[in-house]
Amino acid sequence: MLETLQLYFSYPFVRYALIVGVLIALSSSLLGVTLVLKRFSFIGDGLSHVAFGAIAVATVLGVSNEMVVVMPVTILAAVLLLRTGKNTKVKGDAAVAMISVGALALGYLLMHLFSTSTNLSGDVCSTLFGSTAILTLSSLDVWICVIVSVLVMVVFLLFYHKIFAVTFDETFAEATGLHAGRYNLLIAVITAAVIVLAMNLVGSLLISALIIFPALSAMRLFKSFRAVILCSAVLSVVCATAGILVSILGSTPVGSTIVAMDIGVFILCWIVGKVSRR
Amino acid sequence: MAELTVSDVTLGYEGRAVVKGLSFTVESGDYLYILGENGSGKSTLIKSLLGLHPVMAGSIQRGDGLEQDEIGYLPQQTDVQRDFPASVLEIVRSGLAGRCGLRPYYTKAEKTLADENMERLGITHLSRRCYRELSGGQQQRVLLARALCATQKMLLLDEPVAGLDPGASEEMYQLVDKLNQEGTTILMVSHDLQAAGKYARHILRIGEPLFWGTKDEYLEWQKGEMKDA
Repeated sequence: MLETLQLYFSYPFVRYALIVGVLIALSSSLLGVTLVLKRFSFIGDGLSHVAFGAIAVATVLGVSNEMVVVMPVTILAAVLLLRTGKNTKVKGDAAVAMISVGALALGYLLMHLFSTSTNLSGDVCSTLFGSTAILTLSSLDVWICVIVSVLVMVVFLLFYHKIFAVTFDETFAEATGLHAGRYNLLIAVITAAVIVLAMNLVGSLLISALIIFPALSAMRLFKSFRAVILCSAVLSVVCATAGILVSILGSTPVGSTIVAMDIGVFILCWIVGKVSRR
Repeated sequence: MAELTVSDVTLGYEGRAVVKGLSFTVESGDYLYILGENGSGKSTLIKSLLGLHPVMAGSIQRGDGLEQDEIGYLPQQTDVQRDFPASVLEIVRSGLAGRCGLRPYYTKAEKTLADENMERLGITHLSRRCYRELSGGQQQRVLLARALCATQKMLLLDEPVAGLDPGASEEMYQLVDKLNQEGTTILMVSHDLQAAGKYARHILRIGEPLFWGTKDEYLEWQKGEMKDA
């Protein structure tokens, strides 16, 4: 088994996959805790579908690097979704549902009508479930991933205390001079960026799992915000690494293997939490 | 000049006025009770005082060196907070976040301030505990310590004893009274007439009819109202 792994790691694309996987897992888990606590998990789900729609458009237009199109579109959608949550007639969750299924349907329709690929359902499947995307990353993709995820982590560290304050109590934060709206915007933009990155790893349907499972698992075990964040980061990285290795050895799809790991860990944490609380 | 001067204010949502012709002032060191039925516009008034919601007409002026972000707020508990994984220390310190600007960490002086406020409210021994596992009274003390980290000048408390048992309510009232005697202006939103009679200096009644005056004036006025009714 070790020899097989050694052989695989002599290929650069496998090393790339592991680096990118760990970085994505780390940045998505940092964000996950805030999203779960702010009841924003559904926004992550909606945005991932928007990203799918954007990929379809990029494919149809024949753009060579999809991320260049998908990143700005998804960030824009995040900003719009946050706006609609507040003042409009269409309420937050309905708006998210509308935009997400709309993007999904139109995306598939576009791909169906204009795609020149001979294996359409294969393309769609890999976009939705991320089956092989991680192993076919170009070096530009890898660089974008590294830069964006490092950026996400730096922003998170710099604004850690403010993000905590805004997550725990938006009204109080706003009243005492923090611009909660700005931080919500910041959180939405980072979420969009993380989602676009995570599409490479697990595909657009499974992104939410990557974001929420480590956070929920950590919340079963720890009782302070910092401990929950740290634990969530560790669990997420461990699951992603294990998932990638298992998928290489057992030739299973990367995305769903990682998510399966996350689910397993969640069940474990849930049991440990139940038992230790007695 | 008074810390807050509210003159002829109309409050409401989406063009519909809920309260009209509201005027009152709050002096430094005052203890004001805000009484009113549900739906009388109390929460809109709170938001307007905090600068989170514009008034439809009239004006709310701040004076006596009180800045907009110097009204410490003790909100009613939200669902999010009930199962929030956070230690007492983390929550108390989050009251400092507004004063850091872009600085990403808390200074030593700020951390000391947080420690002092926990000491004042007698929750130092709870600092490592998880917020969601505390009793209702303890949770309120934590939120009070957080508000004091943001400002010592003025506190706005939104029904702080809702859901507390009588003993814990009494403790909470005495604590707030102590803070008031140490110089913090208190605005207390409440249903509790008895406590208002005991602690308030001024009373504001929202709804129909409006009333604002000292506690004694209020009690007189209330007698008159009852006779009329």
